[in-house]
Amino acid sequence: MIGFENVRKEYPGGTVAVEDFSLEIASHESVVLVGSSGSGKTTLMRMINRMVEPTSGRIHIDGDDIAELNPVQLRRSIGYVMQASGLLPHRTVLDNITTVPVLRGTGRREARTRAQELMETVGLDPALAARYPSQLSGGQQQRVGVARGLAADPNILLMDEPFGAVDPIVRSELQRELQRLQHELRKTIVFVTHDIDEAFLLGDRVVILKPGGIIAQVGTPQEILADPADDFVASFVGADRGARTLHVERVDGRDVVVDADGRAAGVLAADGPAQERPS
Amino acid sequence: MNQNPFLQSLHWLAESSRWSGPDGIPIRTLEHLGYTALGVVVAALLAIPLGLAVGHTGRFKGLAVATAGAARALPTLGLVTLFALLMGIGLTAPLLSFVILAIPSLLAGAYSAIESADPATVDAARAQGMTELQILTRVELPLGMPLLIGGVRGATVQVVATAMLAAYVGNGGLGRYIFQGLGSQNYPQMIAGSLLVIALALLLDLALLLLQRLTGPRSARTP
Repeated sequence: MIGFENVRKEYPGGTVAVEDFSLEIASHESVVLVGSSGSGKTTLMRMINRMVEPTSGRIHIDGDDIAELNPVQLRRSIGYVMQASGLLPHRTVLDNITTVPVLRGTGRREARTRAQELMETVGLDPALAARYPSQLSGGQQQRVGVARGLAADPNILLMDEPFGAVDPIVRSELQRELQRLQHELRKTIVFVTHDIDEAFLLGDRVVILKPGGIIAQVGTPQEILADPADDFVASFVGADRGARTLHVERVDGRDVVVDADGRAAGVLAADGPAQERPS
Repeated sequence: MNQNPFLQSLHWLAESSRWSGPDGIPIRTLEHLGYTALGVVVAALLAIPLGLAVGHTGRFKGLAVATAGAARALPTLGLVTLFALLMGIGLTAPLLSFVILAIPSLLAGAYSAIESADPATVDAARAQGMTELQILTRVELPLGMPLLIGGVRGATVQVVATAMLAAYVGNGGLGRYIFQGLGSQNYPQMIAGSLLVIALALLLDLALLLLQRLTGPRSARTP
């Protein structure tokens, strides 16, 4: 479990990135921090592995105040997948994946065997092991980034807009892969994005942030869509534009679901009575 | 007898007696290389760790740039004379001058090598749990190695071209031929000595250029 208690981050120039943030993230839960730039979402995420130190407040992981832990050891115990992969350009794919296990003292041979398994887990052709990052496509680089984040089998995985720099088709492919992986691995994931659709797709819970790290609303995607807390949230999720208000039109004998502008969103399933979701 | 001093200098070089004995070209070349190596190595021991620290922390960069710039402006002949007056004839005065001559290039090479690493890559390395020393040795140095060697190359070429000043205060090296020639108005010998220094400088420059190419990160060399 990760807990934020009244966390504040103020930079020396007087800029307040995060005013007063509190949140509890349960183990095995996937939480998405979503907001536009200046919302402090990346700052908040980077406080979890002490890449950013809070000005005041406390962050704890499984009861331990992280301010009392060695930052290097802490970072080695938390997976981190970043925007634009952040791979080491002078090391091969395999050496990039084994970075953290090698730092933690795992034998090179053992780390390599595990890295090869991980390449399959994240859907990478094992033949790419000896390549350098610049020889891979953007999507492949992100897969290597995910494999590197998972290499030391951390409980927590931090993901900083990991799919922001790839094209839409590859992005949705990577999003589906992550859903599949999370289904198998049940990590505690903190995911940062500015894309509300990505947030709703990947988050068990979604945290919508206003500038200064102020929580506009926290909830499951269903809760937020069903009951936006205020106009900011309604506007952010697109409810005010009618993008989330769907209705059914009958076209050629089939039920087509369209939004308020008449854009088709999908087809109503033939035998799909409304299900009561446990909340 | 041909009066062209350039042709005469070639004759001087071609004489077989020049190529053996304690005043022969091989010994003088070795002395010259020895002074160069000593000057560059002592300067490297001082300037490279300093440059790496400045590049990694980003602190005192202004001071380092200003110091390097000021040191570049010092006239080496003046320094050799000054140090020789202070410390007497011998190797200390010219070596000290060579060290001062070599420091700016080495310092600039070291900090620009470290600075050249993509900040996002360094951030990623830190976020994976590398210590600052590991970031320096496993990320910044391998990526910046060509620039570091570039600094060594610049310093070496400057020192090897200037090392003839050692003979000005009574030492050996290829400068012997030049200053002896100057004293006895033997211009062909002066030219021959200069040609030897030039050839040596070009050879070292080429060798270090090759080293610079070879130390590039593999990923950058295989497109």
